[in-house]
Amino acid sequence: MSDVVLETRDLVKHFPLTRGILFKTKIGAVRAVDGINLQLHRGETLGVVGESGCGKSTLAKLLVGLEKPTSGSIVVRGQDTSKLSGEAIRRARRNIQLVMQDPYTSLNPRMTVGDIIGEPYEIHTDVAPKGDRRRRVQELLELVGLNPEHINRYPHQFSGGQRQRIGIARALALKPEIILCDEPVSALDISIQAQVMNLLDELQKEMGLSYIFIAHDLSVVRHIADRVAVMYLGKVVESGTDVQIYDQPTHPYTQALLSAVPVPDPTLRGHRDQIVLEGDVPSPANPPSGCRFRTRCWKVQDICATQEPLLQISAKSAHPSACHFAEVRDVVHATQ
Amino acid sequence: MSDINAATETVAGAPTTSTAPAPAKDSNTAPAKERNASLWSDAGRELVRNPAFMISLGYILLMVSMAIVPWLWTSRDPAICDIKQSKLPPFTGDHLLGTSVNGCDYWSHIVYGVRPSLLIALLATIGITFLGVTLGVLSGFFGGWVDAIVSRIADMIYSLPYLLGALVFLTVMRKSELMTRSQNSQVVVIAIVLVILGWVGVTRIMRGSVLAAKNLDFVHAAKALGATNSRIMFRHILPNAIAPVIVVATIALGSFIAAEATLTFLGAGLQAPAVSWGVMIAGHIQYFFEYPYLVLVPCGFLVGTVLSFILMGDALRDALDPKLR
Amino acid sequence: MTEVSVDFSPALRGTEQSAPLLQVEDLRVEFRTRVGVAKAINGVSFEVNSGETLAILGESGCGKSVTAQAIMGILDSPPGFITGGEIRYRGVDLLKRTDEERRLVRANKIAMIFQDALSALNPVFTVGFQLAELFRKHRGMSRADAKKRSIELLDLVKIPAARQRVNDFPHQFSGGMRQRVMIAMALALDPELLIADEPTTALDVTVQAQIMGLLGELQRERNMGLILITHDMGVVADVADRINVMYAGRIVEKAPVYDIYAKPSHPYTKALLESIPRVDLKGQQLNVIKGLPPNLTRIPAGCAFNPRCRYTQDVCKADPVPPLHQIQPGIASACHFWKEVRGE
Repeated sequence: MSDVVLETRDLVKHFPLTRGILFKTKIGAVRAVDGINLQLHRGETLGVVGESGCGKSTLAKLLVGLEKPTSGSIVVRGQDTSKLSGEAIRRARRNIQLVMQDPYTSLNPRMTVGDIIGEPYEIHTDVAPKGDRRRRVQELLELVGLNPEHINRYPHQFSGGQRQRIGIARALALKPEIILCDEPVSALDISIQAQVMNLLDELQKEMGLSYIFIAHDLSVVRHIADRVAVMYLGKVVESGTDVQIYDQPTHPYTQALLSAVPVPDPTLRGHRDQIVLEGDVPSPANPPSGCRFRTRCWKVQDICATQEPLLQISAKSAHPSACHFAEVRDVVHATQ
Repeated sequence: MSDINAATETVAGAPTTSTAPAPAKDSNTAPAKERNASLWSDAGRELVRNPAFMISLGYILLMVSMAIVPWLWTSRDPAICDIKQSKLPPFTGDHLLGTSVNGCDYWSHIVYGVRPSLLIALLATIGITFLGVTLGVLSGFFGGWVDAIVSRIADMIYSLPYLLGALVFLTVMRKSELMTRSQNSQVVVIAIVLVILGWVGVTRIMRGSVLAAKNLDFVHAAKALGATNSRIMFRHILPNAIAPVIVVATIALGSFIAAEATLTFLGAGLQAPAVSWGVMIAGHIQYFFEYPYLVLVPCGFLVGTVLSFILMGDALRDALDPKLR
Repeated sequence: MTEVSVDFSPALRGTEQSAPLLQVEDLRVEFRTRVGVAKAINGVSFEVNSGETLAILGESGCGKSVTAQAIMGILDSPPGFITGGEIRYRGVDLLKRTDEERRLVRANKIAMIFQDALSALNPVFTVGFQLAELFRKHRGMSRADAKKRSIELLDLVKIPAARQRVNDFPHQFSGGMRQRVMIAMALALDPELLIADEPTTALDVTVQAQIMGLLGELQRERNMGLILITHDMGVVADVADRINVMYAGRIVEKAPVYDIYAKPSHPYTKALLESIPRVDLKGQQLNVIKGLPPNLTRIPAGCAFNPRCRYTQDVCKADPVPPLHQIQPGIASACHFWKEVRGE
């Protein structure tokens, strides 16, 4: 587990806010991702959780190369991808593949399933010789639990869960080490969710894949992740193993997030330690000074507005937590 | 709301889902023969079942055959006229529709009149489609200054009244040798003028659908795989953006035929001795009260053709719209 | 609260206050589309009383939202048609009354909130105008009174600075605040029954907790009946009194919330509960329901769930559809083998 396959160093992405059509003037920036350090080890699953606007989708785009970082770097197997160019970038890209959220829009409706899954081979022509591709696509279909005979069908002939399997097959085509799953099950029904999660789990064991699993659903992440990073307004506020995050959360935001997850057990109704946050997430174009969570936090003091808490281990937090007043509060098991 | 969408989606989405196996690895129940189910072939099946489309298509095919092999439709030469036999009523001798004011066989003029109209419409449509798709794709895909230039030029042309613009252009051209030499060179000149004034619509539609397609997830997916710009353009964006253009082009065929007739009627289009429906209407409008059929018959063919193209365009729009299936 | 001088709320002839608030009896709805008739609802019966929360639980395409639309009279028709059954408000079958009577009952007594608040609110009018419009139309209030009342309502749903925000347009509110605005609109005419169709699905968990808390509070204060339509087993466990589980247009299980989680009586409910990721099963495979929900144009004979069920026997594969067996008072299951499912 010590083998680091992917690392981000102070990764930053700001989207400039401009005014005017011809003569653009910069009037500010949306700080979508604002200094993120992550490490992904071989064969593990790193869960990234956070609510809408926390920057997790931008993080995903940065990792697969759909956006260029404003600063900072992404290191894949010791190679800094921001320093690569041309062919080397394409090779590095092969190693990180993407599974998207919406199985309805992520597949080209005008292409057959065979063409969709085979497209990676057409882009990276050296991976598989032409005559071999069809067979490989059929193997992939079988691997993700679809009928290889359906290679000539079109996406609209499949259900949502089956389409997500097609998306997974496409991601596996180049035999990557890392798969980035951006909300891969949130568009699916519960019964189908479980099928897809089991498939991801099997594939990981079979092929030694590393996953970065981005989701807003904490119970899904808990099920699949070995380590978890919690994001709020472009920053990681707490990270640790799944047990640390779920059983001994020390950051108030993590605690609030966990306590807000409805538990499918009516006997706990009214007995849970429920923290209901006031207000909404502030705009990432104009984040609060100091600690970004302070506007909604119940522990807030003067220092929170002036000094930004670092993501670090402290006396009261055995894992990194970005809070001046980090302290364990088990909200999941606590009953009143 | 999501529920009802999902309900209709399961209903309308995939007629073959019952044969699709459960996503379990033990599925050996492959259907004997795979049915081709691309959106295009689905649309084709849909169109075949649409009576309005099929009737329009039949009418257009008749017109096309008149344009290609007019001698199969009439044995008479439209150029042989006898001024002494002017304005004979229909069914006189072997004149099916009688004769024109110049004593030419009217039916043969109807038949031979199809070709220039259709040719102008076809050339103009090919022109606007080619120009519009190219410019629309470029400005939608690359944005920035390419988009700015194309869009501003499009705005300028759009602000020019269509008919007035065409009249001005053609009136200027009228004195030139091109407009007097032969019927074919007249056809080309008129088509070019119609293209210059007509490419804006297709460009805008194409730009819009490219912009929409550009942000679809599967385009991001292809980019993440490392696909080149041309691959993204030709494999992913164009096939998904072209449907509305096909619809507009079909309807444009009809409107160009109408435009040609209008310009000819106003004296700026085809000039006699060229034969076309516009020329026929223009040449006989003064006899409307005594010989109304001399105007009404070419008008009828004209309306039928334009209407057929519009109906086909509508049917195509319905068949190609994935939201309706 | 402002005094209302004229009572515009209509007294529907024949209603009895002693009758249940809403009773749905053998409701049937179908969608007639180009590719066939989709049987979206195939005989659904349930009732809701004042002060009670009934959850209708199911996955997409099971007919839960269509049920709500049929009750509210907002079914898209065509292609949707109510082909049978009764919808009784206080004992009066709404389907047998005139359009006008139905409209008045739905405007004044039954309200609905949707998943997507942005598209449910009119984008070109301010929130205040849309609220005030309701009071002026249905309560005959003056402009000033209506505005005052609107601000009170926004206060009630805990929108900060209601006095200023009443002049904002829907897009100026955040997702959670917009949902509050929609709740305010739904509550404006003091409905007796509120139907909430996936009210928090589009929201983040922390906002979801706020909204569900608010809904529960308002319901208790006003003793409203609440029908909560959702796919989220967690939300249901937190707020519902009774649960109806739907599958392929039928109710397959009815039970009080505690019983259903402790001892499900239908294989579908049981399988759904087992497919939720749980802490104690970490690292193991989730129990899955194999296969897909049926195509509503071709629902399997017998029990619609039979191709996916692990208790299936020959009797399940042939008509008639298994009836709702009464197991205990308040608990019913549409499964031939409910005893085995319950482990009895």
